[in-house]
Amino acid sequence: MSSRIHITAVLVLSGVMLCLPLLLNNDYYLSVLIIIGLNTILALGLNLLMGYAGQISLGHAAFFGLGAYTSGILTTSYGVHPIAALVIALGVVGIVALVVGVPSLRLKGYFLAMATLGFGIIVNILFKEMSFITQGPSGFRGIPELSAFGFVFDTDLKYYYLVWASTIVILMLSANIINSRIGRALRAIHTSEAAAGSLGVNIQSYKLAIFILSALYASLAGSLYAHFIGFISPSSFGFHFSIVLVTMVVVGGMASIWGAIFGASVLTLLPEFLMALEDYEIVVYGLILMLIMIFLPEGLTRGVIERIKGRRVG
Amino acid sequence: MTIFDKLLQFFIGGITNGSIYAMVALGFTIVYHTTEIINFAQGEFVMLGALLMVSFSLIPGMPLACAFVLAVLGVTVVGILVNLLVIRPVRNPNHISLIIITIGASIFIRGIAMQSWAWGKGEYASTPFSGETPILIGNAAMTPQAIWIIGITLTILMLLHFFFENTITGKGMRACAVNPRAASLMGIKVSRMVVITFALSGMLGAVAGIIITPTTTASYKMGVMLGLKGFCAAIIGGLGSIPGAIIGGFVLGVLESMGAGLISSAYKDAIAFVALLVVLFVRPSGILGIGDIKRV
Repeated sequence: MSSRIHITAVLVLSGVMLCLPLLLNNDYYLSVLIIIGLNTILALGLNLLMGYAGQISLGHAAFFGLGAYTSGILTTSYGVHPIAALVIALGVVGIVALVVGVPSLRLKGYFLAMATLGFGIIVNILFKEMSFITQGPSGFRGIPELSAFGFVFDTDLKYYYLVWASTIVILMLSANIINSRIGRALRAIHTSEAAAGSLGVNIQSYKLAIFILSALYASLAGSLYAHFIGFISPSSFGFHFSIVLVTMVVVGGMASIWGAIFGASVLTLLPEFLMALEDYEIVVYGLILMLIMIFLPEGLTRGVIERIKGRRVG
Repeated sequence: MTIFDKLLQFFIGGITNGSIYAMVALGFTIVYHTTEIINFAQGEFVMLGALLMVSFSLIPGMPLACAFVLAVLGVTVVGILVNLLVIRPVRNPNHISLIIITIGASIFIRGIAMQSWAWGKGEYASTPFSGETPILIGNAAMTPQAIWIIGITLTILMLLHFFFENTITGKGMRACAVNPRAASLMGIKVSRMVVITFALSGMLGAVAGIIITPTTTASYKMGVMLGLKGFCAAIIGGLGSIPGAIIGGFVLGVLESMGAGLISSAYKDAIAFVALLVVLFVRPSGILGIGDIKRV
């Protein structure tokens, strides 16, 4: 029953995203929509980790950055085909997530938060200081457009469809994961690790698997971002962006994959709407984080979604 | 300069910075000790202390000591407000939501400081407390401000020790740390103790910001790194342990200073976080931590 609603929702979303460029066919709107799509992929990954498995990451921007830099450097400095570079980036990020995840995920609460935060900051410093490959703090330029099988994504419209097709695939993948055995195991871990463990759930490997998966989402988003913008710099992948990602998950609602789209949209559009207020953006970010966590800890969407789904999920 | 002189110089620099990290770490530790909350806005207390000091000392005829006291009081009030307005209303206080809420508070405070008419995005210098003629120790130089920093840190440590060991309030706070429910059954007002810990953490942050400003500059964004490194120091020493916070601060300061001097200054900021990860992965309870034995 809930899966049928999911399919309907995915169809509706696909339809809307297919038609949206007809209404908003100018480059500015398209680029904002592309960024929303990429942020949705990032928020979906972090939501699986935070919302479902209950593990916080304050360094998720690092995986996004690693994907972007691997794709950028391989295609630009070494002439690797973009698709091959994207796949290599996934491999690199997967291995890094494994290496960082094994010791980190043994930690809980504040300690896990600090470990991921420390990892994120170290990676960001490496982007800045390893200028012999990353071109340093001023950024890495001249990343070519993405192409696949002779088809070049050379307009914003083509790229828009690519990004949103990827987003919808990732969304369906995530929905399948959380409605499967794995999803139930993750929720059990979130509720009580001890209880989950005594029921035979292999806690460490589930947590590690979801951590790596969320890092892979981030890597994919990073590669797509690098080819879209054509220029990447360390400041896009710092502590601040990790916090913005956490905010997207919180605003959208933890443990709500549809909330991820909503959270990503709100936090991508917010700075655009706040243009008039310019620097008040940061004050508003702080307020939103505090108010939602204090008064609506379930996030803005979760309550509504839960009701639509007939409160099947406990 | 011989290698010995260089090492001595790095050591002096490390101890000076380490004092600041220790003070910030103490702010984290005192709040965590009593409430098991990590207040990610601790770094912003440092920033507010520094900027308030700069502003107050610009008032004509204001003695340095008065500006110092006013700045500390100002941040103490902010610490209390953070507790009353941000922490107390939380209905579902779990680790993730408390992390996010205090990060929200820190972003908010930073944003307000950046937008305020007095400070904006400027960088402000403040005058050292007593001149700039360095004192020579062997062949290594030490600024008078470094002596102030180390001296004030040690004084505060002794006051804190006295407070926790010899006053009713201090003992009450220690009781809350061990078991809040039992403490409240014994007639200790837990919520009042929590307010006092936030006030204390505000004071500590403010002092750290005030004494460090003459050696660097003060700006709205100075709190982020200082806060994070203070937290690294707290974890390195053993989260929740007061002597641990101090040792963690000094260890971190010296490591950074030696690393920057002997290896590369480009990776100076990374050293703190590498040390943090090593400690977390090898011995999460820190140098002095007694692990989870006490808390169930």
